[in-house]
Amino acid sequence: MNSSKRFAQNLNAVYVLWLRDVKRFVRTKSRFLGSLGMPFFFLIFFSLGFRRATIPTLKIPYVDFVTPGIVTMILLFSGTFSGVSVVWDRQFGFLREILVSPASRISIAFGRILGGTTVAMIQAVIMIFVSLFVGFNPNLLGIPMALIFMFLTGITFTGIGVVFSTQMRDMHGFQLVVNFFVFPLFLLSGALFPIDELGRLKWLALLNPMSYGVDGVRWCLTGYTEINPTIDFAVLLLVGAVSTILAGFLFSRMEE
Amino acid sequence: MTPIIKVANVTKVYDGVKALDSVSFEVERGEIFGLLGPNGAGKTTLVKILTTVIKPTSGKAEIDSHDVVKSAGEVRKRIGVVFQETTLDNDLTVYENLDFHARLYGMDRKERLKRIEEVLSLVELEDYANTLVRKLSGGMKRRLEIARGILHKPKVLFLDEPTLGLDVHTRRKIWRYVEGLRNEGVTVFMTTHYMEEADRLCDRVAIIDRGRIVAIDTPSNLKRMVGGDVVRIEFEGEFKLQIKAKKIVRGENFVEITVEDCERVLPEILRAFKVVKSVSIRKPMLEDTFVALTGRELK
Repeated sequence: MNSSKRFAQNLNAVYVLWLRDVKRFVRTKSRFLGSLGMPFFFLIFFSLGFRRATIPTLKIPYVDFVTPGIVTMILLFSGTFSGVSVVWDRQFGFLREILVSPASRISIAFGRILGGTTVAMIQAVIMIFVSLFVGFNPNLLGIPMALIFMFLTGITFTGIGVVFSTQMRDMHGFQLVVNFFVFPLFLLSGALFPIDELGRLKWLALLNPMSYGVDGVRWCLTGYTEINPTIDFAVLLLVGAVSTILAGFLFSRMEE
Repeated sequence: MTPIIKVANVTKVYDGVKALDSVSFEVERGEIFGLLGPNGAGKTTLVKILTTVIKPTSGKAEIDSHDVVKSAGEVRKRIGVVFQETTLDNDLTVYENLDFHARLYGMDRKERLKRIEEVLSLVELEDYANTLVRKLSGGMKRRLEIARGILHKPKVLFLDEPTLGLDVHTRRKIWRYVEGLRNEGVTVFMTTHYMEEADRLCDRVAIIDRGRIVAIDTPSNLKRMVGGDVVRIEFEGEFKLQIKAKKIVRGENFVEITVEDCERVLPEILRAFKVVKSVSIRKPMLEDTFVALTGRELK
């Protein structure tokens, strides 16, 4: 087979895996609502509870500060879970159907990552819309750029999720991922409070790719930044590429 | 023509235990080839190796002259697989599962539409095209998997225990579909631990036990290995038998005659009796061969 035909076939494989993820998401209403529940409550109660708090390093209203954080949180949670859900496919056998097909392993991993990212972005966009009713006042012109940051953040964490999935035999490891990966990254990202408030531990936030996602999205939507949008973009591009390539590589070495 | 499946000295070791021990055989194009053996004999391991899911510890296996390890991609294009456990996506419809598969195998739109319709009618699931897979019964799921397995016109279809856990009615249906596959021109490689199934469907059967192949032949030859048909006749009076029987056991008012081909010699046997009260025939079963070869019951 010539290489252009092979490329077309792999592209097709990426497309069907993407399509499957999106279809499944749209179809399962419980997942749809469930995935928005936690971020919604975070948004409501944090912005309510902290609306009068004075944070020395914070120069904008808390609701404007926290909303981009919650939006990015969706990408972290939903993306990671999507990636890890490859383990479900393994447990329920569907993964085998894909693994005996001629589609290349890389394109399979890539399709999963794109699918998970798309689903996470749909949720995140819905959350931006919902937040308008809570008093969030975004810069509408910044939304296209915010989508790019959201996409990169989604790719990064879905990719990392797929990487986790290649190392797990069953869903028992899921709690570990939630408690020792997803939550620490979320809490150390500047989503809920400025990373300057971390004081001497600020370097932890700077090691955290999530911080750059939060900062980038926040800059686009509100103009407020703690790091630097250019650095945010560069870091996310790099981490996203690395996690995607690593996911593809580990996936291709996986037996069953 | 070269054999479609070639397996030479394939061994697979799991944690120091040999699941397959130097297995060698060939499967001809267009055959329905059966791998018969008890649970844990190594059937699924062999299927997984031939379908590129796992790699053999040593030895060589080829599908259509392509090595299952070195050119796994080429092999994957040529095979269809129905695993023991379902590998359907429960959250998609029957049609979507097939469509997903067709796209994954790079079929173009026109071919996809035509072929999906064909395979759906083959397994009589046309009316369920838009049903979610999770709502199907176990038998229907298996039928859908068979349809999906042949959707992309593979050269070899692997069926791992295609009727495991199905009721008699559904099992017969599946058998009919498998027999129908002959018309599709696909070679079928199936595993089973049901004697009856291997006997009825397969052109040739390999008997596998504890990771080793102990015999390969047509079902009738395998059965012949353990003797022949037993004709039991209850009679009154005298008889004078003039045929060559393998074995004759006489009782008070009955006789059991073991012959090779009872349909042909039965008239002659009956002519030897004055009064026949009843006739019964017991055909040898593959099971008898299995017991004879391995000294164990097939469980």
